[in-house]
Amino acid sequence: MGLLSLAIWTPIAFGLVLLALGRDDQAPTVRWVALIGALISFLITLPLYGQFDGHSGAMQFVENAPWIERFNVNYHLGLDGISFWFVLLTAFINVIVVIAGWEVITSRVNQYMGAFLILSGLMIGVFCALDGMLFYVFFEATLIPMYLIIGIWGGPNKIYAAFKFFLYTLLGSLLLLVALIYLYTQSGGSFDLQTWYALPLGRTAQTYIFFAFLAAFAVKVPMWPVHTWLPDVHVEAPTGGSAVLAAIMLKLGAYGFLRFSMPIAPDAAHEWAGFMIALSLIAVVYVGLVAMVQQDMKKLVAYSSVAHMGFVTLGFFIFSDLGVSGGIVQMIAHGFVSAAMFLSIGVLYDRVHSREIAAYGGVVNTMPKFAAFALLFSMANCGLPGTAGFVGEWMVILGAVKFNFWVGVAAASALIFGAAYTLWMFKRVYLGAVGNHHVQELLDINAREFFMLLLLAAAVLYMGLYPKLFTDVMDTSVTQLLTHVAHSKLN
Amino acid sequence: MIDKISWISVFPELLLLVMACVIALMDLAVRTPLRGATYAVTLLTLASVALLEAMYGASATTMYGFGNMVVTDAMGSWLKCFATVAVMVTLVYGRPYAGQRDMLRGGELFTLSLFALLGMFVMVSGNNFLVIYLGLELLTLSSYALVALRRDHVVATEAAIKYFVLGAMASGFLLYGMSMLYGATGSLDITAVFKAIASGHVRHQVLIFGLVFIVAGLAFKLGVVPFHMWIPDVYQGAPTAVTLMIGGAPKLAAFGMTMRLLVEGMLPLAIDWQQMLMVLAVSSLVVGNFAAIMQTNVKRMLAFSTISQMGFVLLGLMGGVVNGNTLSAANAYSSSMFYVITYVLTTLASFGVLLLLSREGFESEEIADLAGLNQRSPLYAGIMAVTMFSLAGIPPLAGFYAKLSVLQALITTGVPAYLYLAVFSVIMSLIGAFYYLRVIKVMYFDAPITASHVVAGADVRVVLCLNGAAIIVLGLMPGGLMALCARSVLQMLGS
Repeated sequence: MGLLSLAIWTPIAFGLVLLALGRDDQAPTVRWVALIGALISFLITLPLYGQFDGHSGAMQFVENAPWIERFNVNYHLGLDGISFWFVLLTAFINVIVVIAGWEVITSRVNQYMGAFLILSGLMIGVFCALDGMLFYVFFEATLIPMYLIIGIWGGPNKIYAAFKFFLYTLLGSLLLLVALIYLYTQSGGSFDLQTWYALPLGRTAQTYIFFAFLAAFAVKVPMWPVHTWLPDVHVEAPTGGSAVLAAIMLKLGAYGFLRFSMPIAPDAAHEWAGFMIALSLIAVVYVGLVAMVQQDMKKLVAYSSVAHMGFVTLGFFIFSDLGVSGGIVQMIAHGFVSAAMFLSIGVLYDRVHSREIAAYGGVVNTMPKFAAFALLFSMANCGLPGTAGFVGEWMVILGAVKFNFWVGVAAASALIFGAAYTLWMFKRVYLGAVGNHHVQELLDINAREFFMLLLLAAAVLYMGLYPKLFTDVMDTSVTQLLTHVAHSKLN
Repeated sequence: MIDKISWISVFPELLLLVMACVIALMDLAVRTPLRGATYAVTLLTLASVALLEAMYGASATTMYGFGNMVVTDAMGSWLKCFATVAVMVTLVYGRPYAGQRDMLRGGELFTLSLFALLGMFVMVSGNNFLVIYLGLELLTLSSYALVALRRDHVVATEAAIKYFVLGAMASGFLLYGMSMLYGATGSLDITAVFKAIASGHVRHQVLIFGLVFIVAGLAFKLGVVPFHMWIPDVYQGAPTAVTLMIGGAPKLAAFGMTMRLLVEGMLPLAIDWQQMLMVLAVSSLVVGNFAAIMQTNVKRMLAFSTISQMGFVLLGLMGGVVNGNTLSAANAYSSSMFYVITYVLTTLASFGVLLLLSREGFESEEIADLAGLNQRSPLYAGIMAVTMFSLAGIPPLAGFYAKLSVLQALITTGVPAYLYLAVFSVIMSLIGAFYYLRVIKVMYFDAPITASHVVAGADVRVVLCLNGAAIIVLGLMPGGLMALCARSVLQMLGS
């Protein structure tokens, strides 16, 4: 069994063990098993970093075995510079989420932890899959645990949110399925991505395929105007669910653009780049403005996620090294920052049971340690230099200015909005006099929460101060992708 | 003088017939309320028949017996094997339920089930219009009696009468269609009918006239719109154990019969019957999915879900002949076969859980009865969730690959209309996902209305777990069954 298979199946195996562990009177055991499982799963991904050759654009750690011979589907896994960091990020966030749910989740603990571990394995599978059908199976299978997580441990309106999440994303992915089968037919019976990259396709076919992919990935990212499910779902999901959703699941969509849309339908991608850029800019500017007027902290961060993901898609569709690398860096950074933001909100919510900004005020007086972390994460969210949030946005803006000055200006304006809504929220929640007796009674974070936030803070700062670690790995693969995309498939 | 091959080809049927009679007699001596001895012998019989059929299927030889009246081939044998297993599983799930409802006073449940299974065997093996018809009647007559097995229950009796009246009419349709074809081709033998039609010397109008009636009869048996009216009422009215007996194994037989009549008998008319199937499939997908949304009764909801799932099966059959070319036939028909098999497997597990939740004096029929099942029994809630996700076609469960292979069969034909049809069916399955998800919602997100534990006998528990596991395993490794379907269909088309 290769490293990638281990990275996928270890958390799933632990998840299944947890599901079998049973009732809530064993909760402490369950938590420890979950933590050990998550840690082992994360440690398994570390050797990937040591063995990964950043100078090669080829797929590495490749595993290829026939899976469904009747349809020529292969269990084909591999990593390149584009997908590399997401495997580590997923495993890392999984550890954080297990820690975050430690004391907070008291009912059906084994199912909660099991669902997250299985989900993490499935998401790693999405990033590793090099076979269209394998990708789809992992991509869709993630819906099942997430649906249950939202529906069981979510807020008051959880059922609406769970259905909206499931059906909204299913609609998109079913069209993806049709496109995959169409490509299978066109390529003479292959689901292999490399074969599809080399497959010549006419203009009409490419357009259809591009839009079928768009339906799946745009919903997942989510891009404006199909982003409306995200705020609803984030608000109702439990803290861990929100963190995983924002940190990893949104990336599945953006990753799909790089792995499917652009290389398989390059001409359509170029033809519709203007359209994609327009949608991204609307997300960046308009959704940024929407975020500003939110009363609910989770909703605010959810809208800010949409705006940040707008940067990602903007970076991708200007087809330059800076833009694409910037987009990927932004994805990783947003993975850390959004998870941190949601977990911070979770820390407050666990104590006061309200997500309303108005329910707080002056938290810094009673929770100084926590407020320090929150400040760092807020700064990262608005893209302060030296934090993770800055690197990606800066690269994308630079790429955008090169592409078209006004696009660059519009994108850059988002930094102002980002700073506005994040800092304003920080001011209203943390600063000032103590708002009410709930805030007065707050206890500062305990060792578990401190450790969890510390891990994220370290990641955010490290990435902000030394982004080379992240960009070095992806350079060759991004260049190779862009060379491929620049090549027309029309004959 | 009947040759040896004939006897060999119908050996499992003979075994079944003899054992059904033996069990009917033996049961007279059984006194225990749950009919343990009858049950054990029945299961043993079924297991040996299933094993025999699997051996026939694996040997992959085609045998014609009794002067071409019956045929034994891999497709038929595998369908019969799976039908036998399905009846076995049904009996395991259904026995405690039947026992609590005074349906085991005599051993009829077992005997009638065996005769119904024999009917299915004959339907699948028939190579002659009349033999197929006889098999069908044996199946349906046993089914009518099974539905009415709860003598003192008004709803069940009503369902039985409804089923009987409509079923008799559909059989009439089928028989009328067969007589038309006989008139046109001068033969009841399927192989001879095929040759006569292929020769092109037969009057087309008469053939089409007969074909319409045959397709109508088949549509009734498969339960597709607009011949679906009986399905919701019978599903809901029949005792749940019998619902499973009607909704499980017979789907395999109906599929086998469809293959014999339409493909083996009338492949040259494919262009005509594919159009009819298209109308049936599209309307089934629409009616089945939309009507299911409104149901509050699980059995009724599953009935409408069946209708939409059978629509998918028909979609698979449509891709067989494109522009008079049968290159894609094996691909298309095997996708339908795979679909039916996985569908039956999933249905068994979902009804198994429903049967388990019904107690003495309590029918678990409303969706609300499933509320909070996850708190009462995570295992059974998990199994039910797996079946629902599988029916909704979510990977990595068996139902997904069924939908995948049907969609693939449609799209591979390269016909633009079929591509649109694939997109349409995909959107319909999105609507379907809603009501399957609702069941999961009730089980996982709602609070339980009763705290009572779910009690299950060891046999039920083991079989149910295996059944649930099979859906997952088939989702992770669907290759084997797919290859099996492809091989059998290819062999059938070759002969």
